[in-house]
Amino acid sequence: MAKRVKFKLNGQEIEADEGRLVIDAAKDAGVEIPHYCYHPALGNPGNCRMCIVEVAGAPKPQVSCRTAVREGLDVKSDSEIAKRAQASALELHLVNHPLDCPVCDQSGECGLQDYYMKVGQYQSQVRENKQHKGKRIVAGPHVMLDQERCVLCTRCTRFVDTVTKTHELGIFGRGHSERIEVTPGKVLDNDYSGNVVDICPVGALTDRDFRYKVRVWYLDKTDSICPGCSRGCNISVHTNTKRPWHNDGKRVARLKPRHNPDVNGHWMCDEGRYGFGSLDADRLGRVLRMTPQKQDVSWDTAAGEIAAGLDGAVAVVASGMLSNEDWAAAKSLFAGAKFYFTPEPDQVGAEDALLKKKDKVPNLKGAENMGLKSGSFDELAKDLEAGKISTLYVLERDLGQIWGEDKAKALVAKASLSVFQGPNKCAVSESFRYRLPATAYVEETGHFTNCDGKVQEYKKALDPIGEAKPDWEIFGLIAKARTGVPA
Amino acid sequence: MTKILTKHFDEPKLHELETYRSLGGYKGLEKALAMAPADVTAEVVKSNLRGLGGAGFPTGGKWGTVPPLDKVPGPRYVVVNADESEPGCFKDRVLLTRAPHQMIEGLLIAAHAIGAKETFIFIRGEYQNQHDIVAKAVKEAEAAGYTGHASVKLMRGAGAYISGLDTALLETMEGKKAWPRQPPPFPTVAGLMAKPTVVNNVETLSMLPFILREGGDAFAKIGSAKNGGTVVFSVSGHVEKPGVYEVPMGSKLRDVLALAGGVRAGHKLKCVIPGGTSMPPLLEKDLDLALDFDSIRAAGTFLGAGGMIVLDETADAVEVAHNIERFLAHESCGQCTPCREGSYWNEEILERLLHGKGTAEDMPNMTRVGENITGKVICALGDTVGVVTRAYMSKFPEDFKKRIPNG
Repeated sequence: MAKRVKFKLNGQEIEADEGRLVIDAAKDAGVEIPHYCYHPALGNPGNCRMCIVEVAGAPKPQVSCRTAVREGLDVKSDSEIAKRAQASALELHLVNHPLDCPVCDQSGECGLQDYYMKVGQYQSQVRENKQHKGKRIVAGPHVMLDQERCVLCTRCTRFVDTVTKTHELGIFGRGHSERIEVTPGKVLDNDYSGNVVDICPVGALTDRDFRYKVRVWYLDKTDSICPGCSRGCNISVHTNTKRPWHNDGKRVARLKPRHNPDVNGHWMCDEGRYGFGSLDADRLGRVLRMTPQKQDVSWDTAAGEIAAGLDGAVAVVASGMLSNEDWAAAKSLFAGAKFYFTPEPDQVGAEDALLKKKDKVPNLKGAENMGLKSGSFDELAKDLEAGKISTLYVLERDLGQIWGEDKAKALVAKASLSVFQGPNKCAVSESFRYRLPATAYVEETGHFTNCDGKVQEYKKALDPIGEAKPDWEIFGLIAKARTGVPA
Repeated sequence: MTKILTKHFDEPKLHELETYRSLGGYKGLEKALAMAPADVTAEVVKSNLRGLGGAGFPTGGKWGTVPPLDKVPGPRYVVVNADESEPGCFKDRVLLTRAPHQMIEGLLIAAHAIGAKETFIFIRGEYQNQHDIVAKAVKEAEAAGYTGHASVKLMRGAGAYISGLDTALLETMEGKKAWPRQPPPFPTVAGLMAKPTVVNNVETLSMLPFILREGGDAFAKIGSAKNGGTVVFSVSGHVEKPGVYEVPMGSKLRDVLALAGGVRAGHKLKCVIPGGTSMPPLLEKDLDLALDFDSIRAAGTFLGAGGMIVLDETADAVEVAHNIERFLAHESCGQCTPCREGSYWNEEILERLLHGKGTAEDMPNMTRVGENITGKVICALGDTVGVVTRAYMSKFPEDFKKRIPNG
C-alpha cells in the first residue's frame, strides 16, 4: 500500500497515494485537467503540454502528467498562469489543424472541441496558410487516417508499440511536417486495431465501419458486456434510435470498450467490436407453430402446448449466450432433462495472450456454476437417431453448424416435440415444430459470468423486436402453464 | 592572454600522438590513474570547470551525481558530445581537427573518475574529416596503451540539430528518433541504455588534462568567480578576422572583438550574438560585459557554446530573426506541440513581414505567442523558439515597424 499524503489542488486539501501522478489524483478528486498525450495505459510522454499546472515553488509551470504527488504539494490547475498555459497549448495545437469540424466524423466527441469550450474560447490569430498533409489514408481494414487532423500525441504509436507490439504505425518526418504514417510494408491489421480510434483524441483516426453513418450526438449509450467470448469485456453499446433513417437503418451503431481494470483494461478486440453486424439480421419476431402449416399462435397457446410435451425424455441444446437468469430458469423448468451446451465444435475460435478467449460465447461459466453438465453432441445425435428423445428444445444454437444442415434437419424430425427459441433465424430453425422469438442481449438486462467467474451485468439498450421475450420469461410462461406457478 | 586548449596550435603535427606527448600530453591521465576516482572528481570540482557545450553546468558537480559503483553496480558510460551543430559554433571542429588527443585524454580521465569501462565519442555526421582524424588518434592512444581502463568507440550523427542536446543524443545512440527526454531521471542516473551516463562536450573534456596536470586551483585562478579556466569563442560575421579565439573566462566582449580584428572597416556594430544563433543578441552598450556564464546570464542572454556572431548595421533584424526561426522550424524535433507549431507559426509571420505584408497585430501577437512557448516546452530548442524573435523585436523595434505598412 502506498503511503497516503495530503496535497493541495486549487486551494483544496485532498488526500492521495504518494507518487500518484497529479493528473490522476486530480481526476480522482473530480477535477479534469485537459490532456491529449497522457493515457493511463500508455504512459506520459508529456508532449502535448495541455495539462500544464502551476506548482508552488517551481520555477516554471509543470505538466501534471509528469508531476508526482508528495506531501505538501500545492498545485493550481485553474490559476491565471495555468489557464493561460492551457489555452496557449490549445491555440498552438490548432495552428495547423483544419477547420473541418462540420464534415469531421469526430465532431461531438473531439478533444479539441471539448477543450476549446473548456479552456480555449479565444479568437484565432492565425493568418498564415495551414500545413497540408495526407488525407483519407487507409491505415487498415478498420481504420482511416487523416494526418492533417492529427495532434501528434503519439497515443496510437505507443499502442501498437507497447500493447499489441505490432508496430504498424510510426512517426515520420520532423517539426511541423511530422506525421503519423503506416510503417512501410505494413497494414494496420492487428486483432486490436479498432482501439487506436478510441484513444485518438481527435479526428485523425476514424472507424471505417462507423464513419459518416450517424452523428455521435444522436447516439444513446448503454453499459453492456461483449458476448463475443468468455472474457466478458466491458463495453458500451451505442444505439441509433433517434434518427432511424441514419446508420443505414441499423439500430446498433458501434460498440466501444468500457474501462474495467479487472477484465479488459481499456481495450477490446476487433472480433468483438465489429461482431454486432448480424445482430439484427433475420430476426425472429413472431411466435409460430410451424407444422402442419406455419401459423401464428399466442404465447399462452405455445407455452401450454409445449408444457404438455415436457414429461418425456427431454434434451435441451443451449448456447453460452444465455444469461445467468436464463440458465437458472432453464434448470428449474427442465429438471431431469439432459443439457447439451459444450462450445465445441461451432462456438470456439482463436485465443491470445491479451483478451481473446477460446470459447466464443460469454456465459459457459454461468451454466457450470449452476451445476449444469453438458452431454456430447455425438451422444445426442445417437439418442435422437435411436428415438430415445421425445422432446428437443434448442436455445439460440444452430444445429446445422454442429451436424450439417441435412443431418440436423433429419435429427430434429425424430423428436416428437421440437422447439427452437432464439433471436435469429438459422439454417434449421424452420424445421422445428415451434419457433419462439427470444430477445438479443442488447434487448434485455441480465448477467454473464466470465471465464474468471466474475458476474457482470449487461443492460437493456433497445426494445425487443416483435413479440420477442427474454429466454427466462419464456421459460416462466411454460412453467406456469405446466404447474400453475412461474419457474 | 592565457591559453590552455589552443596553446600549442602552432605545432603543425599536434594531432599526432608523438607531438602531443612531447608537449606534456597524457601526463594528466597518468596522474589521474594514480589517484582515487573520488579525488579526481574533487580536483575538477575545485577547478570551477563549467560545461562548455552551452548549459554551463559545473562539470565536477555533474560527475558527483553519478551514483557510486558500490551503490549502483553495473556499467556506466561517458559520452563525448561532438555533435556541434549550433549555427555560429565551430570551436569543437577546430579542437577535434587540431588536438584530438587532448579530448581523448580528457575522456579517459572522466572515465576513470566515474568508473566507466566504456566511452563513446558521438561526432556530428557532417564532420567526416574530423571523424577520421579522431578515429586515427583513438587508434594511436589504444596502441600506446592508454585505453586499458576504458574503451573508446566512435559513433556518428545523422544530421539532426537536436541530437546535440544530451538526452536527444542518447536517444540517437540507442537508434531512436532524436526526441529529447524529460528529466528526471537525469542522464547521470539513467542515461544511455538507462545506465548512469556522463555526457560532456569536446571543449569541456579537453580542459581536463590541464586541470589534472596543473591542479584545479591553477585552473580556477585563470577564470572569474565560479567560472574556471578559459573559453573558446568561434567568432564569425562582420569582423575583420573571423576565427577561433581562446580567452580566460570573464574577459570583456570588447577584448574578444578586438582579437577578431573588430567590426569590418567602414561599418559600425549593430549587435553581437554571444553564444550561437539561439541566444538573444547583445548591443554596443554591452561591450564591457564580462564573458562568463553568470555575468552574461545577468544581461539576459547566454554564453551558450561560444558561437559569437557579429553583425554590423547592414544586417536587418527581421531578416536575422526570420533566418533563425526558419532554422528552428526546420530543426524542431516535433515532439512537443508548442515548439513544433510555434516555430512554424513564427517563421510564417516573419516571412510575411519580409514580403512587406505585416500587420499591426503581428508584433504583439509574436510577443504573446513567444511568452506562451518559453518555459512550457520539453527542451531548450523550444524555449529558444519563444525567445529569439521577442529579443530582436524588443532590441530593434524599428526594423520590424518599417516592414509593417501603416504600422
